[in-house]
Amino acid sequence: MKIVVCVKQVPDSAAKVVVENGKVSWGDAPLVINPWDEYAVEAALRQKEALGGSVTAITIGGEGSKDALKHALAMGADDAILISDPALVNMDTQATAQVLAAAIQKIGGVDMAFFGRQALDGDAGLVPAQTARLLGWPALTLSSVIKVDGGSVKVERGIEEGRQIVTAKLPAVFSLTKDFGEPRYPSFMGIRKASRAAIPTWSLAELGIPAPVSVIAWPEIMNPPSREVTCEVISGGSPQEIAEALADKILAEKVL
Amino acid sequence: MNTWVYVDHFKGTALPASWEAIGVGKTLGTVKALVFGSGVEALAKTAFEYGADEVLLADDPALADYRAEAFAATLGKLAADGAPDLLLFPTTTRGRELAGMTAIDLKTGVMVDVIALEAADGKITVTRPIYAGKLLTKETCSSKPQIITLRGRAFPKPAQQAGKSGTLTKVSAAAGDFPTKVEGYTTAEGGVSLTDAGVIVAGGRGVSNNPALTPPAGLDEKQAEVWRAQQGFALVKDLAAVLGAAVGASRAAVDAGYIPYPNQVGQTGKVVSPDVYIACGISGAIQHLAGMRTSKVIVAINKDAEAPIFKLARYGVVGDLFQILPALSAAFKKKLGK
Repeated sequence: MKIVVCVKQVPDSAAKVVVENGKVSWGDAPLVINPWDEYAVEAALRQKEALGGSVTAITIGGEGSKDALKHALAMGADDAILISDPALVNMDTQATAQVLAAAIQKIGGVDMAFFGRQALDGDAGLVPAQTARLLGWPALTLSSVIKVDGGSVKVERGIEEGRQIVTAKLPAVFSLTKDFGEPRYPSFMGIRKASRAAIPTWSLAELGIPAPVSVIAWPEIMNPPSREVTCEVISGGSPQEIAEALADKILAEKVL
Repeated sequence: MNTWVYVDHFKGTALPASWEAIGVGKTLGTVKALVFGSGVEALAKTAFEYGADEVLLADDPALADYRAEAFAATLGKLAADGAPDLLLFPTTTRGRELAGMTAIDLKTGVMVDVIALEAADGKITVTRPIYAGKLLTKETCSSKPQIITLRGRAFPKPAQQAGKSGTLTKVSAAAGDFPTKVEGYTTAEGGVSLTDAGVIVAGGRGVSNNPALTPPAGLDEKQAEVWRAQQGFALVKDLAAVLGAAVGASRAAVDAGYIPYPNQVGQTGKVVSPDVYIACGISGAIQHLAGMRTSKVIVAINKDAEAPIFKLARYGVVGDLFQILPALSAAFKKKLGK
């Protein structure tokens, strides 16, 4: 089974993210592998463990993005590729998908491509389905259970109403949700291996595609309006009296 | 503006954000609603009642279940022929995926999970949250059609006008051998969907701390903690039942195994925006606040007066949720005549 997992480097979820002088800042918070992508790496590794084969982690970005690849390697991925090119900046999701689809095709013979459900920074959640569409592969997004049987796969996908059970033929694209199961921690040996790993860099020329054209622009990024609330603390009396007073306050808001 | 709205539904029941999208489309011009499914003509009628001028109805057994590839092929062909200026989807699991695929087919972009928009000379500028709502961004799209998914509850649902009708156009499903097959469904355990909910009652780590409870014999420490938490969540669920509310949870509560992941609110769970959000035993980690900060009225019940959740709360109770919650359920039951 030839498996690819696509990852991204993002600010830690505990970061306080603000706009300062028109630029997004996350202070001194660390950049980490996108938390959703850890589930994708976990899913990729479990498929490899069950079926044999290899796991290749790929990302798009600068030198710093190698850290996300090293995290995947430390978890157990076999190798990693950094896709880096000065033209690959401010990409929208369909441009990102074009690059990833080209990389998956260049790797060749891929059976399964795994993604996190969305990136914690842009929050779009479009790249997995868009990459699948470009490859002409089934998009098995929001999967929480994956069972491969020969050349086909059965997944359970999270939908608003519960789960949808779908079968499809491989190759296919998968995006993972948190209820797939906890991602493993990098092992000590894994971290040592990752720190020594040679990570090749592919440019657009090596991918053999022109620079993708982004059509979405971001003219302004803002801090959200601050919430002007002062908390009215309900106190005094028995729990029953407090509850009565609180219920009256909530009802007086006329939103129930 | 010539706007098309994709009506997302499950077995003929529309997700309310679909009607909100028709409302948005009507503020910009004429609306064609897209209804895909099998035996869904009734849904087309409802789309007229929410304001659609025309409905493109693809009613075909091949569309009985949502399958991304079959639906995208049908939609892509219609849009290539009909050339809408704007395609609106509700930001649902299906809506988001279909919007993304359609954008690839039509060589355009998607502005996703939009909470506000304005139009000038046929060009839309949207506002949408990024970093789970820690920031907002404006976005524009330089290609046509402009594709937008609208966040549920961010726009008003138009009034339903009984009996209003319009032009019903039957269209065919795209033919083809699509690579996926739907085997069936497992339904979520009852209750109200978090993203559609007007009221949410949510529990955090604090729900496991009831000192008055003695766990049954034979449980190890972790099992006893989960057992305690489940008793605590029973109080959360009782209040939710009285209010017709959805049940939410913090990541800490989900990671500790107190309640399943679909209930998680926050940066790595669901982002919600109800009218009332009652946080019980939730301290208010930044990842949780990001997921619920746009709720209209936030109520916090927590024994720690310094908990960050109180900074967002309109009303707060510093106290024992195991005493306050049952009393609050009883008070609402009485006042709401239930």
